[in-house]
Amino acid sequence: MNWGGWSEFWAMGGKAFYVWGSYGVTLACLAAEVWVLWRRAREAKA
Amino acid sequence: MSSTIKWYWFASPQTFYPLAGTLARWSGVLAAVLAAAGLYVGFFVAPTDAQQGEAYRIIFIHVPAAWMSMFLYVVMAFWAAIGLAFNTRLSGMMASAIAPTGALFTFIALWTGSLWGRPTWGAYWVWDARLTSELILLFLYLGFMALQAAIDDPRRADRAGAVLAIVGVINVPIIYYSVKWWNTLHQGASVSLTRAPSMASTMLAGMLLMALAFWAYSIAVSLARVRCIMRERE
Repeated sequence: MNWGGWSEFWAMGGKAFYVWGSYGVTLACLAAEVWVLWRRAREAKA
Repeated sequence: MSSTIKWYWFASPQTFYPLAGTLARWSGVLAAVLAAAGLYVGFFVAPTDAQQGEAYRIIFIHVPAAWMSMFLYVVMAFWAAIGLAFNTRLSGMMASAIAPTGALFTFIALWTGSLWGRPTWGAYWVWDARLTSELILLFLYLGFMALQAAIDDPRRADRAGAVLAIVGVINVPIIYYSVKWWNTLHQGASVSLTRAPSMASTMLAGMLLMALAFWAYSIAVSLARVRCIMRERE
């Protein structure tokens, strides 16, 4: 285990902006792609 | 039944459409499971890097995204070439279905690389050979999509896109070997087929799990998208 607690985990050794900025944008991109595709599939069927 | 006939059977839209749906669903489930495992290993098992501190954890998405960006381009160009050579409609649709996901992974590779570069190198961006050729890859994907969108007739759009995709494939080995050919700020490969990886085994495990997750994700969304394209065109 690397972390003393959740606050230490979220702090990422002072690199929170870079680490969570990377993971957050990646997650947002993939979620947006799935959402757009889901809507497109629904329209294609209609 | 000979194997040739079997391939034609798979290539027929009536067979492919439901098969793609089933494969997309299971690939999506697999992607979620692999990503959960990869994130667990990446954040809770892999130790803090002695030189880079916690910022190195960005590589668990950066490296797999960069691999996918190059790999998807080759797969896209492969289907485009097959479509051009044999005039098979489904091949062109596959190429069109892969392009947006490839572009997305290229953007993610550039974005996460930038956020890794700032704390590690001291700069968000440098015009080094690796970064510049990866940016060109993004423009190739966007150019392919823009070209196809600009042509109304889908068959003509497929052919025009195929030419661009095939010419652009030259950029992939340039990206891959850029760190050897030029004196770049970007580090060389830590993982290669010819020698032992130069990183801790838990770090490598996290990275490979994330790579497999992105792989499964790409299969899922590409197949889901090709189903949309098939419905829209017919």
